[in-house]
Amino acid sequence: MPLSADEVRHVAMLARLAIDEEQVEHLASELSSILEYAEQVGEVAAAEVEPMTHPFPLENVLRPDDPRDTLDRDELLAQAPDADGNRFVVPRIVADEEDGG
Amino acid sequence: MSLVTETASGLARRIADGEVKAREVVDAHLERIEAVDGDVRAFLHVTADAARAQADEVDRRVAAGDELPPLAGVPVAIKDIFCTRGVPTTAGSKILEGWIPPYDATVVEALRAAGTISLGKVNLDEFAMGSSTENSAYADTANPWDLGRVPGGSSGGSVAAVAGLMAPLAVGTDTGGSIRQPAALTGTVGLKPTYGRVSRYGIVAFASSLDQAGPVARTVEDTALLHTAISGHDPRDSTSLPEDVGDVLQDLRKGVEGLKVGVVTELQGEGYETGVEQAFEAGLHRLESLGAEIVEVSLPHAPYGLPAYYLVAPSEASSNLARYDGTLYGLRVDASTAEEMNARTRAEGFGPEVQRRIMIGTYALSAGYFDAYYLQASKVRRLIAQDFEAAFAQADVLTSPTSPTVAFPFDSKTNDPIAMYLNDIATVPASLAGIPALSVPCGLDEQGLPVGMQLMGPLLAEGLLLRVAWAFEQEAGFDPIPRGDRAAPAPGSDDGGGS
Repeated sequence: MPLSADEVRHVAMLARLAIDEEQVEHLASELSSILEYAEQVGEVAAAEVEPMTHPFPLENVLRPDDPRDTLDRDELLAQAPDADGNRFVVPRIVADEEDGG
Repeated sequence: MSLVTETASGLARRIADGEVKAREVVDAHLERIEAVDGDVRAFLHVTADAARAQADEVDRRVAAGDELPPLAGVPVAIKDIFCTRGVPTTAGSKILEGWIPPYDATVVEALRAAGTISLGKVNLDEFAMGSSTENSAYADTANPWDLGRVPGGSSGGSVAAVAGLMAPLAVGTDTGGSIRQPAALTGTVGLKPTYGRVSRYGIVAFASSLDQAGPVARTVEDTALLHTAISGHDPRDSTSLPEDVGDVLQDLRKGVEGLKVGVVTELQGEGYETGVEQAFEAGLHRLESLGAEIVEVSLPHAPYGLPAYYLVAPSEASSNLARYDGTLYGLRVDASTAEEMNARTRAEGFGPEVQRRIMIGTYALSAGYFDAYYLQASKVRRLIAQDFEAAFAQADVLTSPTSPTVAFPFDSKTNDPIAMYLNDIATVPASLAGIPALSVPCGLDEQGLPVGMQLMGPLLAEGLLLRVAWAFEQEAGFDPIPRGDRAAPAPGSDDGGGS
């Protein structure tokens, strides 16, 4: 099923990718050809098959609940694009009413 | 034999015997990097000073008569997807440019514990997504057999370092073929162990149910040694297998007499180059002459492996790569709101292939499409795993060409994503099933370019695969040192070169 330009914009929004408007048509055709190829999986009769998400059925793998050292906070914050010594700093998250969100 | 053409096992022995110093071994490899890596471009970051210091430490321990770990003093190249404390780790992406991990991956700790000396970090397709290493944001790594061609990918830097005699050993990762396909294209040996055999802790995640680290070397024995060094249970990775690794070296020389080798019907024919098929056929005759019985087996759902993979892997990637949002580490492109900052950072930081896969994955997991894409692909994945189980009732190991083509010229597939994906057609089935598989050189095509033979085994049968590969290697007599007009220059002739 080919992807429309609107679907490309929607998927890019969901994926938090600020794509340029002039890329949209090209992406639509590229992604459509990849999906068309991948859609071959639909030819397999698999209604009754249990989906496989992992090669080994390891379940409820727990570690002992022991206290241990974590990574150093200052070292981690030093790698951040912006930090104030205690916290990661990001631009405003909640939009004003008139911005529409 | 020169120090850069020597095997890892040979170097370890000679260093331990005091016949050669670890420092001389490290210096010889650093000189080789200096001499050829301007043309090959395998390394993104060379840690020369640390390597020399570690080598001097090994030499002190040799002089003091200390007990040495098995690979003491042997140089190794590390794919730039393993976190290395204090050493930049980019995953081949602009979005991680300048990031310095605050911890080591378990594999990196294991490499150190085994005595190996890291020479640095090597190139890869961005986030391990690609089959030519051309998706790296930093460099196009060349194939040491022909500097105008790709080394395969995504572990292109790992195999180019080993084939180019810049390191006897390297570690890579394989999600859909990223160790095996580049090994095939560069005449090296590459093993993708059973899923969960090697810890994923500290490996930049691509598709978590498929990602698996493994060894690259120029000989099967060296591959087995490195596999032994890096595999085992790790409590920090909840998908790590608790089973014992066992001794894969013990049976290495037992031969293939009486073993059944199954040729997979679906992994040959259309799309496979004639030169690849001819070298593979010749390989089968060699196995037969060694006493193996060649049988034909079918994996009926294997043709659906690649389409299933290109839904499962991008789906997992779209989720794993959500963490790169300009907040905690790496690139940030400033904007007035957090959401805009996230979206601009990701658009600028990720390359085209990574963006494509994120979008495919996001779409495949989105409301209304989940059942037809991700769920259906996961069912096909089960059918492929069941096909393998049935096939292993008829044969001890399975085989196919590793890659449908030999190394291809730069830029020949970059504009056609599907053409690039088809490189993985023979390798993804084993990835989806989680079984171990390796590529061993099986000869050269008519252009003088290496062809790889893939061997696939039941879960945890790494020892059996290495045993078959070792026997094959002795018989094939493949010389892993690149040669030809367009190859990376051979090391100084005063040492006599190869074997």
